[in-house]
Amino acid sequence: MTNPIRTALLWAGVALVVLLLALAAIAYGAVPLGAHAVVGALAGHGDAVTVAIVRTLRLPRAVLALLVGAGLGMAGAALQGALRNALAEPYLLGVSGGAAVGAVAAVALGATGALVLPLASFAGAALAIAVALLVARASGGHADPRVLLMAGVIVGAFANAAIMVLLSNAPPNAVRNALWWMMGSVGDASWITVWWLAGYVAVGGALLFWLARDIDVLSLGEESAAALGVDSGRASRRIFLIAALLSAATVAAAGLIGFVGLVVPHLVRSLGIRRHRALIAGAALIGAGLVVGADLVARLARPPAELPLGAVTALLGVPFFLVQLRRLS
Amino acid sequence: MIAYEGAVVRYPRATIAAVNDVTFSAPRGAVTAVVGPNGSGKSTLVRALLRLAPLTSGRITIDGTSIAQLDRRAMARQVVVVAQRETLVFALPVWEYVALGRHPHAGPWSPVPGRTDFAIADALDRAGIASLAERSTHELSGGEWQRVRIARALAQGGSAFVLDEPTTFLDIAHEMSMFELFARLAKDGLAVLLVSHQLNLVARFADTIVLLNRGRVAAAGTPADVMRASVLEDVYEWPLLITRDPAVGAPALLPLRNRSPHSPSNPT
Repeated sequence: MTNPIRTALLWAGVALVVLLLALAAIAYGAVPLGAHAVVGALAGHGDAVTVAIVRTLRLPRAVLALLVGAGLGMAGAALQGALRNALAEPYLLGVSGGAAVGAVAAVALGATGALVLPLASFAGAALAIAVALLVARASGGHADPRVLLMAGVIVGAFANAAIMVLLSNAPPNAVRNALWWMMGSVGDASWITVWWLAGYVAVGGALLFWLARDIDVLSLGEESAAALGVDSGRASRRIFLIAALLSAATVAAAGLIGFVGLVVPHLVRSLGIRRHRALIAGAALIGAGLVVGADLVARLARPPAELPLGAVTALLGVPFFLVQLRRLS
Repeated sequence: MIAYEGAVVRYPRATIAAVNDVTFSAPRGAVTAVVGPNGSGKSTLVRALLRLAPLTSGRITIDGTSIAQLDRRAMARQVVVVAQRETLVFALPVWEYVALGRHPHAGPWSPVPGRTDFAIADALDRAGIASLAERSTHELSGGEWQRVRIARALAQGGSAFVLDEPTTFLDIAHEMSMFELFARLAKDGLAVLLVSHQLNLVARFADTIVLLNRGRVAAAGTPADVMRASVLEDVYEWPLLITRDPAVGAPALLPLRNRSPHSPSNPT
């Protein structure tokens, strides 16, 4: 990536693909729309029904998918770099599970506001990552990426159990919401959700952008980070909290969507991008494209039924995970 | 100057201190070598300097200021440490890795140094790895990786260099050229603190040798003071012969084959 023209062309190409995927996501659905109708409706022209479909249903859904993907991609890139772990991502580390517990608990207590719900998720996510790291450390092998992953899966299983306990005497509406969270979906997108998620993704992304150079150094390991003047304990705690915030906000908005944070940073690295500032920006872009594309697949695979978005990303992510796992040994 | 003043490091739940009342200094303009058997506390001294192993008592100073009072980044601009081991999970082009040495000098938004920036190009040159600049760190031999790490240290720059077993994987020519480089850094006025197992090279290149045993300083002084059979045999628990290096007249050590009564029982 030393040639700036090549780099610029590469980014422009990726951005174009993401844009086309987003337009396709707006065009396809129960009422398929042509490119002309989509562009016209986005600008406010055309018949009222088309404009309504595009502006109140399809556009918020596509934007929500883009934001969820950006948040998960950035969280995954930051976690992989700071933990020096090619398998790290919010879902596998149990962070998303913790966030879902927080969200379900908040809903069970009747709190569903734009501020309370993501913050309850964040509390659950932060607790989950702290526990996963403690469990990995206590088992003495936190240098082995697989041990941390095991700890994350255990935390995720615990989170699942906690959700079931919370649901055991919940009203039907809460159960429906919780199930929706467990499977992941951007189908209930509203502009309000889009706006607050945009706020969290922008803040989290800006913080990661600011700390990106520290992540570069953290990825060299504790001793070399210390030699370069970075307190790895403090710097990585900050990064874990920001990654937890990003994951929690996506969970509160769209539920559990796994493996995006795993796959996306590897895709960005395969484009020759190594430094974390560029890596995080690339992960936001490619993550956005991946989730909007996955949502398109979810809607197109078996119409008129919709597949859960989390299932689509898992079907994509699990084989990828196995390849990465094999690469470790 | 790096000075250890009565430094004690006791790891949690350990019965004996890993470093026990160690006092010595590595002044500018000299090569100071720390030697000793495995587990004698050499690397713990380095970890204490990096504040990864907290001092139970005593202190470590840089030019008279306790490291506890120094900002980590400010300290990284003065003291360059190359830890014993480092592995990368994600590959980087060599020059980008070397450029990370500039981290303590750069703010979060200052431009990333490029491949041709003086600090980077000069570090690659001095470590003799300019030809590896575009190579991926995952495609290096052990010796190349070691030299790439030294290049990162040179790019970092500072008034003191601390190197923990820097020549472990190097062949004779590369090892010698590294020792020559360390001697040159000292001659340029830097404090060079070297942790090494290479007693014979240390005897030739170091101004002062500090011999550690079970966390304590067993002997310290010029190579002639420390490189004595009576001193080293006690510490290493192996029979040794000290001769004179025919090339430069420094003391030279030959481990002997036959075991003395106090050699460790070794199942063979």
